[in-house]
Amino acid sequence: MTSPTAHTGGGRAASGADNPDSPQSPPNRMPRERTTTIRSVLGRILVLGAALAVAAYLLPLLFAGRMWLWMFIVVAATVAIFVLFSTRRFIPGKYFFPGTFFLVVFLIVPIVITVQTAFTNFGDGFRGTKEEAITTITNNSVVQAADSALYNLSVATTGSLEEGPFTLFLVDAETGEVLYGADGEMVQSATEMDVTVTDGYVTAAAGYTVLNGKQVNTAYDTISNLTLSVSDTSAIKVQGVRSAFEGIKTMVYDEQTDSITNTQTGEVYTVQKIGNSDYFVNADGERLVQSWKQDIGLANFQRLFGNQNLLKQLGGAFSWTLIFAAGSMLFTFLLGYFLALTLNDDRIRGKKLYRSLLLLPYAVPGFISLLIWSNFYNRDFGLINELLNLNIDWLGNPTWAKIAVLLTNTWMGFPYMFIVCTGALQSIPDELKEAARIDGASGWQTTTRVITPLLLVSVAPLLVSTFAFNFNNFNAIQLLTEGGPFAPGEYTRGGTDILISMVYRIAFGGSGADYGFASAVSVVLFLITGVLAAAQFTATRRLEDIN
Amino acid sequence: MSLNRRSFLSMTAIATTLAAAAACSSDDAPSDAGSSSAQADTPPAEGAEEQVVRDDSADLVIWTDEVKAGALKDIAQEWGNKQDINVAVQIVADDLQGNFIAANSAGNGPDMIVAAHDWIGNLVQNGSISPITLDSAAEANYSQIALDAVTYNGQYYGVPYCVETLALYVNKDLTDVTAPATIEELAEAGQASGADLVLSLPVGESGDAYHMQPLYTSGGGYLFGKKDDGSLDATDLGVGGEGSIAAAEKIGALGQQKVLSKTVSGDNAISLFTEGKAAYLISGPWAIADITKAGINYEVSKIPGFEGMGEARPFAGVNAFFVANAGKNKAFAETFAAEIAKDSSIAEAMYAINPLPPVQQDLAKKLESSDANMVKFVEFAAGADPMPSIPEMAAIWGPLGMAEANIVDGADSKSTMTSAAEEIKSTLGL
Repeated sequence: MTSPTAHTGGGRAASGADNPDSPQSPPNRMPRERTTTIRSVLGRILVLGAALAVAAYLLPLLFAGRMWLWMFIVVAATVAIFVLFSTRRFIPGKYFFPGTFFLVVFLIVPIVITVQTAFTNFGDGFRGTKEEAITTITNNSVVQAADSALYNLSVATTGSLEEGPFTLFLVDAETGEVLYGADGEMVQSATEMDVTVTDGYVTAAAGYTVLNGKQVNTAYDTISNLTLSVSDTSAIKVQGVRSAFEGIKTMVYDEQTDSITNTQTGEVYTVQKIGNSDYFVNADGERLVQSWKQDIGLANFQRLFGNQNLLKQLGGAFSWTLIFAAGSMLFTFLLGYFLALTLNDDRIRGKKLYRSLLLLPYAVPGFISLLIWSNFYNRDFGLINELLNLNIDWLGNPTWAKIAVLLTNTWMGFPYMFIVCTGALQSIPDELKEAARIDGASGWQTTTRVITPLLLVSVAPLLVSTFAFNFNNFNAIQLLTEGGPFAPGEYTRGGTDILISMVYRIAFGGSGADYGFASAVSVVLFLITGVLAAAQFTATRRLEDIN
Repeated sequence: MSLNRRSFLSMTAIATTLAAAAACSSDDAPSDAGSSSAQADTPPAEGAEEQVVRDDSADLVIWTDEVKAGALKDIAQEWGNKQDINVAVQIVADDLQGNFIAANSAGNGPDMIVAAHDWIGNLVQNGSISPITLDSAAEANYSQIALDAVTYNGQYYGVPYCVETLALYVNKDLTDVTAPATIEELAEAGQASGADLVLSLPVGESGDAYHMQPLYTSGGGYLFGKKDDGSLDATDLGVGGEGSIAAAEKIGALGQQKVLSKTVSGDNAISLFTEGKAAYLISGPWAIADITKAGINYEVSKIPGFEGMGEARPFAGVNAFFVANAGKNKAFAETFAAEIAKDSSIAEAMYAINPLPPVQQDLAKKLESSDANMVKFVEFAAGADPMPSIPEMAAIWGPLGMAEANIVDGADSKSTMTSAAEEIKSTLGL
């Protein structure tokens, strides 16, 4: 879709000229008499109560989750709500607060997160902390001891059902031998004990309470982490609520040397850098796959600016991005404006019907229409070539593919422009047209010299936002052409790749998800788009002189 | 202070309600909502993807895609009833892998997922799944391909329940060569049949390395070499080697003959066959339902290789149950995994709802008489290669596919394959 995403305000470009409100209210205006109605008091109490309730609900959760920034935001927002809305004062603040709040939560915070991420290696293989990586490596290394049996497991306790201490009762499925032991002990035979075995499971033991499945599940963190040794090297590993086996942990972490040792082969893995990130690496340079999220400084930006080929391709993508965004903006505007002008004429009957029909492309979800269009363009089986009896290689030829993308995007975006222009046209007084006619202007002159400049005053900012939106219109490219066609030997940039679709492929295509790199590129794109939009808004200022 | 996307998303949802409440509280606040047309189509890139929220009321939460969820829901609950627990099977329609990894590392993911085995490498490197142990009886009942597929770093990481691979569908009304011995014979028979399209094999503008794999392997290409212990060696890349170039020559020749075409893609490959426009189709067991519904008189055969060259070896993708590393109910997840492996009753119940080729030998035997096509797929799978599950595979799909698409379109096979190899090597840092 070629509509801009929601901006706060959205409408008029700010101008200092036509808004001469001074901060003090003019003295000739009588202060409005204030009345406090029951309704407004009730409403106020309800809202403040709700705000307090939400804060009271969130704070413990955020505290538990250690999300300090969010905690600060929630506290600050709640305090602000109380200060601003509980009294009669701070009238400007009452209006100022919601917008600011949204600005911070929906714009500033995501930008901060993105910038933070740009300096890390966050992505597939680098998600958690180092401790988590070590735990995963060692826990995943437990193998079943050779020739060891699977045991039928029952968990029992002499203490509480949640906390333990727990004792494991094991029945060898083949021999029926009953073994047991608690945390830190060695497994021993239960021949001396008074245990009841039913269907191969210990169901009762004197002095113990046997847990049921749900209780085992609840206390599973404790139960699965207790050590019940079978020999020096192997221990009982619980698997699920009913079974266990004799397992050997083949990878052991040593905190002193910050290294992991494979007890089977004797290999030692120490922390070493491969590329930009630390891994556990052995003497042969073989690494363990699990790494962790680390700060890697400017490495992501170096990867972006240090790769000549990539930069060249980004340059190529940039120029097509500009053409695509400007072209989409221009064509949608021209088509939408033309239709709006036509349907604004009183001589046309059934205007409502036409208008609703013209809105159809806007009403169909973009995802669906883009995918359907992509099928239309198929050279051999597509609707367009079949209907028009053509043999155009729409998606296989870079130039035709660019045309196809612009065509489709125009189709998707013109209804928006049509609505906007219809609205703007109806706000232009008919007297102006009449005056132009009396002055001897032709219809064409009236439209181009009188109507259009007036219309652009209100529509120009929307053209800017449409441009900015299309500059990063990922869907229009990805769903239609996937950035293709790709010339033989070219894998970075396809014929219709705009910056964002190309970056997406680099960051999420080749090596799984690479959020760090993607964020770094996003920061750069953000700067580019920002500068462009700022320049355009400055340019639209000149239109203000028309009024 | 740690900020992450997930916390941001959940917070914004809450913040919205807060601020909305605040905004409504002043009686005559100007409504400036809706002044510009909002549109919620955020790209799946850095946009917020749809968040799947774990069903907290259940004692075992399984995430999977829509089709598998339908087959699993009642069966899983039936098992749960015996344990006196609630099982929730939740559908994650979009990006199950990404959602699962993110949710699991945030500590609010599911207890299990059902997915294809080629995710294992990425799931393991992100610490998202735990190894499982199969008892010897269960192990013996599984086909070798299924066990190979779920093995990673010498550990079993999933419990397999079905296998998918590619086969050749023949439209018997168009041609009577139902089991061509070579690709050349297939091309000849297809051209003689007078069908619009000889062979419907998805290529598309950006290529489709998965569907091209049988031809690529028959021509002598391979993706990764093997170490002595049978595991894949990510440093030995077969793309760009002699075999891959020979295969590319052959694939290019098929493109010249219009047997392969970029205009056949994943979007239309099956429908071209069900509309009776194509004499042959290369697809998986997922196409059977559509083909049967269309009333095509068809037969399933093995995909032939090129004349005088190697055997065509498609990929085998094994669907399996994985136990999440950080699930809240890991105990029940591990128990359910053992239950699925123990015998084929759960797989059989799922088969009744969504038939997919089984990996348990006793179930395959049962189906021999009732569902011959499925058993054929089981046979073909036995001769297939498990899709590589190492994370490095992510670097291959894109470039290899694009190279193959260009070769079909007439690009020079040698230079194109070599450039694909360079691209892959630079991604992998070889």
